[in-house]
Amino acid sequence: MGEFKVHRVRFFNYVPSGIRCVAYNNQSNRLAVSRTDGTVEIYNLSANYFQEKFFPGHESRATEALCWAEGQRLFSAGLNGEIMEYDLQALNIKYAMDAFGGPIWSMAASPSGSQLLVGCEDGSVKLFQITPDKIQFERNFDRQKSRILSLSWHPSGTHIAAGSIDYISVFDVKSGSAVHKMIVDRQYMGVSKRKCIVWGVAFLSDGTIISVDSAGKVQFWDSATGTLVKSHLIANADVQSIAVADQEDSFVVGTAEGTVFHFQLVPVTSNSSEKQWVRTKPFQHHTHDVRTVAHSPTALISGGTDTHLVFRPLMEKVEVKNYDAALRKITFPHRCLISCSKKRQLLLFQFAHHLELWRLGSTVATGKFLVSGKNGDTLPLSKNADHLLHLKTKGPENIICSCISPCGSWIAYSTVSRFFLYRLNYEHDNISLKRVSKMPAFLRSALQILFSEDSTKLFVASNQGALHIVQLSGGSFKHLHAFQPQSGTVEAMCLLAVSPDGNWLAASGTSAGVHVYNVKQLKLHCTVPAYNFPVTAMAIAPNTNNLVIAHSDQQVFEYSIPDKQYTDWSRTVQKQGFHHLWLQRDTPITHISFHPKRPMHILLHDAYMFCIIDKSLPLPNDKTLLYNPFPPTNESDVIRRRTAHAFKISKIYKPLLFMDLLDERTLVAVERPLDDIIAQLPPPIKKKKFGT
Amino acid sequence: MAALEEEFTLSSVVLSAGPEGLLGVEQSDKTDQFLVTDSGRTVILYKVSDQKPLGSWSVKQGQIITCPAVCNFQTGEYVVVHDNKVLRIWNNEDVNLDKVFKATLSAEVYRILSVQGTEPLVLFKEGAVRGLEALLADPQQKIETVISDEEVIKWTKFFVVFRHPVLIFITEKHGNYFAYVQMFNSRILTKYTLLLGQDENSVIKSFTASVDRKFISLMSLSSDGCIYETLIPIRPADPEKNQSLVKSLLLKAVVSGNARNGVALTALDQDHVAVLGSPLAASKECLSVWNIKFQTLQTSKELPQGTSGQLWYYGEHLFMLHGKSLTVIPYKCEVSSLAGALGKLKHSQDPGTHVVSHFVNWETPQGCGLGFQNSEQSRRILRRRKIEVSLQPEVPPSKQLLSTIMKDSEKHIEVEVRKFLALKQTPDFHTVIGDTVTGLLERCKAEPSFYPRNCLMQLIQTHVLSYRFFCLSLCPDLMEIALKKKDVQLLQLCLQQFPDIPESVTCACLKIFLSIGDDSLQETDVNMESVFDYSINSVHDEKMEEQTEILQNGFNPEEDKCNNCDQELNKKPQDETKESTSCPVVQKRAALLNAILHSAYSETFLLPHLKDIPAQHITLFLKYLYFLYLKCSENATMTLPGIHPPTLNQIMDWICLLLDANFTVVVMMPEAKRLLINLYKLVKSQISVYSELNKIEVSFRELQKLNQEKNNRGLYSIEVLELF
Repeated sequence: MGEFKVHRVRFFNYVPSGIRCVAYNNQSNRLAVSRTDGTVEIYNLSANYFQEKFFPGHESRATEALCWAEGQRLFSAGLNGEIMEYDLQALNIKYAMDAFGGPIWSMAASPSGSQLLVGCEDGSVKLFQITPDKIQFERNFDRQKSRILSLSWHPSGTHIAAGSIDYISVFDVKSGSAVHKMIVDRQYMGVSKRKCIVWGVAFLSDGTIISVDSAGKVQFWDSATGTLVKSHLIANADVQSIAVADQEDSFVVGTAEGTVFHFQLVPVTSNSSEKQWVRTKPFQHHTHDVRTVAHSPTALISGGTDTHLVFRPLMEKVEVKNYDAALRKITFPHRCLISCSKKRQLLLFQFAHHLELWRLGSTVATGKFLVSGKNGDTLPLSKNADHLLHLKTKGPENIICSCISPCGSWIAYSTVSRFFLYRLNYEHDNISLKRVSKMPAFLRSALQILFSEDSTKLFVASNQGALHIVQLSGGSFKHLHAFQPQSGTVEAMCLLAVSPDGNWLAASGTSAGVHVYNVKQLKLHCTVPAYNFPVTAMAIAPNTNNLVIAHSDQQVFEYSIPDKQYTDWSRTVQKQGFHHLWLQRDTPITHISFHPKRPMHILLHDAYMFCIIDKSLPLPNDKTLLYNPFPPTNESDVIRRRTAHAFKISKIYKPLLFMDLLDERTLVAVERPLDDIIAQLPPPIKKKKFGT
Repeated sequence: MAALEEEFTLSSVVLSAGPEGLLGVEQSDKTDQFLVTDSGRTVILYKVSDQKPLGSWSVKQGQIITCPAVCNFQTGEYVVVHDNKVLRIWNNEDVNLDKVFKATLSAEVYRILSVQGTEPLVLFKEGAVRGLEALLADPQQKIETVISDEEVIKWTKFFVVFRHPVLIFITEKHGNYFAYVQMFNSRILTKYTLLLGQDENSVIKSFTASVDRKFISLMSLSSDGCIYETLIPIRPADPEKNQSLVKSLLLKAVVSGNARNGVALTALDQDHVAVLGSPLAASKECLSVWNIKFQTLQTSKELPQGTSGQLWYYGEHLFMLHGKSLTVIPYKCEVSSLAGALGKLKHSQDPGTHVVSHFVNWETPQGCGLGFQNSEQSRRILRRRKIEVSLQPEVPPSKQLLSTIMKDSEKHIEVEVRKFLALKQTPDFHTVIGDTVTGLLERCKAEPSFYPRNCLMQLIQTHVLSYRFFCLSLCPDLMEIALKKKDVQLLQLCLQQFPDIPESVTCACLKIFLSIGDDSLQETDVNMESVFDYSINSVHDEKMEEQTEILQNGFNPEEDKCNNCDQELNKKPQDETKESTSCPVVQKRAALLNAILHSAYSETFLLPHLKDIPAQHITLFLKYLYFLYLKCSENATMTLPGIHPPTLNQIMDWICLLLDANFTVVVMMPEAKRLLINLYKLVKSQISVYSELNKIEVSFRELQKLNQEKNNRGLYSIEVLELF
C-alpha cells in the first residue's frame, strides 16, 4: 500500500446546534429531533439509528415542542406561535397555522392521536382537532395567569395536566375548566427562589401527576385530591425534561447539570403488589443542560445544549446482544456538508447560513521527500490554506445542500425556497463571483446538488421527487431534461451519484431503493434490488461503472450498472459476510470515492475511520485482526502477505467529516475535534469536584 | 422466582372428556383465546380472561374428531380433522360445521401443527408432512409412507427456528424410540434413535421440547420418574445416516414411577419445567414447577380431584383437566426485586400454594436420619426412611456422618467430619454440610456442655454456608451460639466468611470484641492477618513524633488559627503524640475489630444498634479508629500496611457512624474530650485540604489548556499517511 500526502484540515468551524426536543414514535421506531435552529431530523432506530430525513431550519422558527400524532404524522410548534405539520414523504412543511396565543411553549397529542393541545404564552391551552389533511381549532380551555410550559394527557384522554410558573393545573377535557390547581413550592435548598417553573409534567393512568421544576425537584401529585404525595430533590439546578415509558413502570428526567436520572416502579417486597417509585440510575453523558428526554421500550434517549443525542440502552430490556445494546452518541449529521474541487484544490464548507470556500496549501516537499517521509510525519508548509470566500445566504432559511463543481468554477446551493448558482472567476489571486440570475421556476428548492466530473452538467434532486439535468456552458445554463418520479410516488431523492464518464446517474430516496438513469438516452436504466436499510452513501467507479452502495447496517454492495447485476466481488462479500467489527461500527459511511489509477480500490469513511478496500486481497474473517494501528515490523514478507486482507483502515483522523482523494498521492481529510465544538458552546454549570 | 397463581375453571359445561382426557388445547390468533377439542365431537373457543366460551362447534352424530382443532395464524381460520381423513376449515362466523369447507384426504392424519408466523403443517400417521396450502391444492394427492410398519407416532412438536419451520416427531416401535427432525424448507428428514441408557425397561411417558440456536432440547419423563434431556442438532451433520442420541439425566425422581395416573411434562422456559403427576405413589396428584438449572422445586400445587395426565402451556397459562373440568393456572416467573434480595422484608408465603414437604427443600434436612424433630410424624417418616436406607446395600459416608453427630463425643465427630471433608465434592455435598451444621447446632442447644468448636470452624471454612441464603434459619443459630459462648475466634471467622450478617448481629459481635478482657483474649487464637505489627515501627516512632505535625496529608494544623482548645492541647504536646502513635488496643483485639470494619452493613440498620454500646467502649473504638487514621495518613497512598488491612474509607465511615450514633454521650464524657478535639481538627484539616484542591484544580485546568494547545497541531497541516 502506497503512501499518501494528507491535507489535515481542522478549520471547518462547524458547530451543530443544540437539541431542543425529541419525540419517539413507537409505531415506526423512529425518533424526531428538533434543534435550536429549527432543524428537524428523523432517525430510524431500526436502521442502526440512521438519520434518514431532515427538514432545514429557519431563523424565526424556534421549535419548542415536537410530537407525533395520528400514527405517523409529525407536528411541531414554536415561539413564532405557529403549529406546523411535516410531510415525511416529500420532505417539506405541509402547512403552518397560527394558534393566536403568542409563542407556543408546549404541545401534546391526545392518547388517541386525534387531538392536539398547545400551551401558549398568554396562558391559554388550545385544543385542535386533527383532520386527515389539516388541523382545526376546536376550543380554548380556561385561561391561566402565566404561560403554559408543559402539557400531558391522562391516558384515558379525559383530563390533562398543564405545568405553568409556580403551579400545575388539571383540566377536564370535556368542560375545559380547571379542576385542580397545585402550587409548587418555591423553596430551593432552603432559599426562596423568585419563581418555580414547572418544566415538565406527566400524567399517569392511575391519576398520579409527575412534575419536574426549576428548583431541582421531581414531585408526585395525586390529581384526584390535588395533593403532593412525594418529592425527590435530585439536582441543584433545573430539572428540564421528563419522559415516561409506555408501560408506566419507569420514567426518565434530565437536569441542567447534564445528568439523566432513571426512576423505576419497584415492588416494596419481592412479591407484594405494592410498588413505589425509586430513583435507580443516574447517567452523566452530557456536559450541558439536558433539554429533552424520551423513553423508548429499550433505551433512554436524551439531548441538550451540548448537541449530542444519546441513546442509553436499558440492559434489562435488551434481550439479545445487538446494535441496541450499546450506548450511542450521535453528534454529527449523517450527510456530507463538504464538497471539494479536485482540480483547484478547493473545499466548500456548508454552514447553516453561509458557505465558506478555502484553498488548500501546499508543501515544498516533493515526491522525493514523500518517499523518505515516514508515516505520521508533518511536512513543512510552503503555503498555508487560504480563506477565499464567505458567502452569506439571504433570508432566514437554512441551507439544505451545496456543491462546488470539480473544476472549481461553479458553486450551487439551495434553501427551502430558492436555488442559487454562482460562477467563479479566478484571476491570479483575485476571485470574482457572479450569480447566475433567472433560475427557472422548477429549480426552487433542491435536496441534493451534483456536478458532473467535467463540470458541464448540473444534477438537481428537487423536493418534488424530480431529477433535473442542467447543461452549463460559459456563464449560462440550459435545462436539458427532468426525470419525473414514477407515478404515484412523491418520495424525495436524497443522494445522487454520477459516473465519471457522465453517462450514468444514480439517485436514492429514503426508502425506495436506488434508481440508475442513462444520461445520454435520458431514460431510466435500471433499479437496484431493494434492500431493507437506507442508503448512506454511494458512488460510481470510473471505467467499470460499478455502483458502490453503503447501507446504514454497514453493508457495502457493488452493483454493475452495465450488467444490471451485483458484481462477483459483492456476491463473495455477501457470502462470506463482513468482519464483525466492521458491522459493529457506530457511524454510517458518508462518502465513497475511487482511486483513478487503482481500479481495485474503494475509498470510504465514516466519522471514526478511513478505509481503503482492496478487492484483490482476501477478505478478513472474524478471526483476523481487522484494524492494526501499528506498522508490521520485524515480520517476514510471507507473514505480511498471509495476514494482509482487503480492509486497510486508518483511525488517525477523527471525528472525520470528509475525506477524498485529490490526486493519486494526495488525500484531504476534514476533522472536527469535539474539544473545538465544546469550546464554542456556552459554559456549563460549574460543579465542584472536591469536598462538599 | 417462578410462581403459580390462583387457578380457575374454564367450563361451566362438563366436557365430554373420555378416559384419555381431552384431544387438545391450542392457541388461537388472539392472545387470550384458546381452542379446546374434547375427545368426542366438540370444539370450543374460550376466552381465558373472561373465563367463558366464545363459540362451540360440533361434528355430526356418528362422526368423531380425531385431531385437535388448530388455528391457521395466517388466515385466522380454524382447522380440524374428523374421522381421520376429513379436513374441515371454518372461521368464527360459521355456525354449523357440516356446512363449512371440507376436504377428504387420501391418508390418515396424525395431527395438524400450527405456530405463529408460518402456515400450518399436516403430519400424517405414516410420517409424511405436507403444508396445509399445498395439501388443499390437491387433497387427494398420494401421501408417501415414511416410517416403518408397527412404528407409531407418539408425540410431535413444531418450531420456527430463524424463520425456518422445523418439525420433530417421536415414534415408538417395540419399546424403541426414534426421533425424526424435518426441516420443512429444505425438506431434509433426519432420523435418530433414542438410546434409553442402562435402564432398558423404562417407558417414556411424556415428552416436551424447547429450542435454542443450534439444538432442540428434547426432555422426556420416563416411567422411573426421572426427567432426561436429549440434545438434537437442528442442522444434522449427515442427514443420510441413521444416528443415535444419548440422553442425560436432568432431574431425578420427580414423580413416582408407578403412579396409576398419567404424568405429563412441559417446558415453561429455558430454566423451568412443569410436571404433572403424583410425587409419591400414594399421594394425590400435583402440578409442580422445577428449576432445571438449580435443580430445585420452585412451587407446586395439589390437584386432589385427579387429572388426565395432560398438560398444555401457552403464554403464561397452564391448562389441564382437573376432575371433569378444564382448569387454568396462570404461571409467572418474576424477576426478584432488589428490595426482596436485600432481605429488608421477608417473603410472604403465598396462601394459594403450599410447599409439599417431601420435596428437597433447604429448610428441612433431606434423606438423612436426623431425629431432632421430635414430633410423632417425623419419626414415622424417619422409620420409613430407615427402612429404605437399610434396603440399600451400602450406607453412603454422608449418612454415617449424620448419625455420628447425634450420638458420639466431640472428638469422634471431629474425626468423622474431617474424613467427610477429605472425600470432597459429592453431589449432595452442600446439603450434607447444611444438615451437619444443623444437627450440631440442635445438639448444642439441647446439651449446654456440648460445643464442637473445631468441627464448626472446619465446616465454616468450606465456604458453603452463609447467614441465611443457603441454609435458611440455620446459621443464625450458629452465630447465636458463638455469641453466647463468647467464642471470638468463631465469630471472627463468621464475619469474614458470611456475606449476609444482619447489622444487629454485627453490633453484638462488636460489643463482645470491645468488652472481652485482655487476659481472655490472650488465650484465643484469632486470625492476625489484617493487623500489621505496629510495634516493629516503634523504632521509627521517635522520628514520627516530630513529623506528625507536618505530615497530616500535607497540611499543617499549626496554621490552623482557630482554637482555644489548641492551647489546652499544646500544654501537653508530648502526651498527645504518644497517644496518637501507640495503638490503644492489643493486637488481638485489633484483629477482631478489623473484622468488624470489613463486614458489610447498611447505615440505617446499623445506627440504632450502635447506640446500645457503652460509652467507654465507644471511646475505645474511636481511639483505635483515630489511631488507624493517623497510621493511614503516614504514607502517600493512604493505606495501612499488612495483608488485608481496613481501608481509609472503612475507617472514616465507622468514625462517622459512631459519632452519629453516640454524639451526645461522647460529648459529655471528659475523657473523650481530647479525642473529639483531635477529630475536629482532623475534619478541619480535611476541609482546608479540599479547598486547596479546589484552588489547584483551577490552575490545573489552565495548565491542561496550555498543554492541549501544545498538542494541537494547529488548524492545518500536511502529513504523511501509510496504510497497512
